[in-house]
Amino acid sequence: MMQWRNSSNQYGLVSVAVHWLVTLAVFALFGLGLWMTDLSYYDEWYRTAPALHKSIGVTLFAVMLLRVLWRLFTPTPAPLSSHTPAVRLLSRLGHALLYITIFTVMISGYLISTAEGRGVSVFGLFEIPALISGLPNQADATGAVHLYVAWGLIALAVLHAVAALKHHFFDRDATLKRMLGCAPK
Amino acid sequence: MIKKTLAALLLGSVLSSAAVQAADYVIDQEGQHAFVNFKISHLGYSWLYGTFKDFDGTFSYDEAQPEASTVNVNLRTASLDSNHAERDKHLRSADFLNTSKHPKATFASTAVVSTGAGTADITGDLTLNGVTKSIVIHAYFIGMGDDPWGGYRAGFEGKTTLQLSDFGIDAKLGPASESVELTLAVEGVRQ
Repeated sequence: MMQWRNSSNQYGLVSVAVHWLVTLAVFALFGLGLWMTDLSYYDEWYRTAPALHKSIGVTLFAVMLLRVLWRLFTPTPAPLSSHTPAVRLLSRLGHALLYITIFTVMISGYLISTAEGRGVSVFGLFEIPALISGLPNQADATGAVHLYVAWGLIALAVLHAVAALKHHFFDRDATLKRMLGCAPK
Repeated sequence: MIKKTLAALLLGSVLSSAAVQAADYVIDQEGQHAFVNFKISHLGYSWLYGTFKDFDGTFSYDEAQPEASTVNVNLRTASLDSNHAERDKHLRSADFLNTSKHPKATFASTAVVSTGAGTADITGDLTLNGVTKSIVIHAYFIGMGDDPWGGYRAGFEGKTTLQLSDFGIDAKLGPASESVELTLAVEGVRQ
């Protein structure tokens, strides 16, 4: 039976589920974002796709906040003993960059929509108010950040996946299995 | 004494000749008594209004010789505002005004033809989205006179309709939205 919380050498159900949920959301939002900005005015998704993009984005922000909080309440499994200091350093750096870029993309996206004082509706249920608006060139500048840092995030995520596959198939260690929730041997 | 009289005479002749010549006005941007607004149909069901916030310009006007009038306007295209951040961002993009590539739009009059009492057709070159075309602005004189702060002002309003495709804007907004009406409403302070 898989535990909710992490242990010193294993990821628990919450961390594993959130990891893959965020993966799915990030790639879905990236694809949706590129697709929706290219829709013609008369496309039936012209209004719904951006609304969905923003709603999922705000939800992901909430999930990411909880994810960061969760790190305070549950142990972070130690690196595998087979990982060299260089691997440990690089993976820490990579994970930190993933967190930084994902928050940068989410905050910059919010700042595009709120540039002229409008809030962001979340699935039509409630609205996140505009807290920062009217900065010079706000929508265009944060729009550029949103696009390019999103590409950076996707590149990092692909690198992250390639690294996990390298550990699984070449080093034959438990790096990927741990994140799939498999119990350590 | 003679010097003073001479100076007064000279000053008098300068003033009277200035009164005959067309007076030069600077568009009152500082006091924001000038507007460049646009209006375009939304789906054929309603009007969408927007404005360009940042522009400056000058005009000369002489009541006695209205056809000698000239107008020049320089406008920063990125200053457009239709009260919706995402739409404005889209309008600034390469789909519409491509404001990073074409940050300025200009209008310079080439001919003014009087069309009636206080009305005129102002022909001029409009440069927008990197395209320069001759357009006609239908203008009317609103009023002029002393302002309460020691200056002298004159105001005009002009309208023109542009085909989006004429200025390299190929976005498909629908059959009712292929043209945009521009309104230039300016008050100038005489220099």
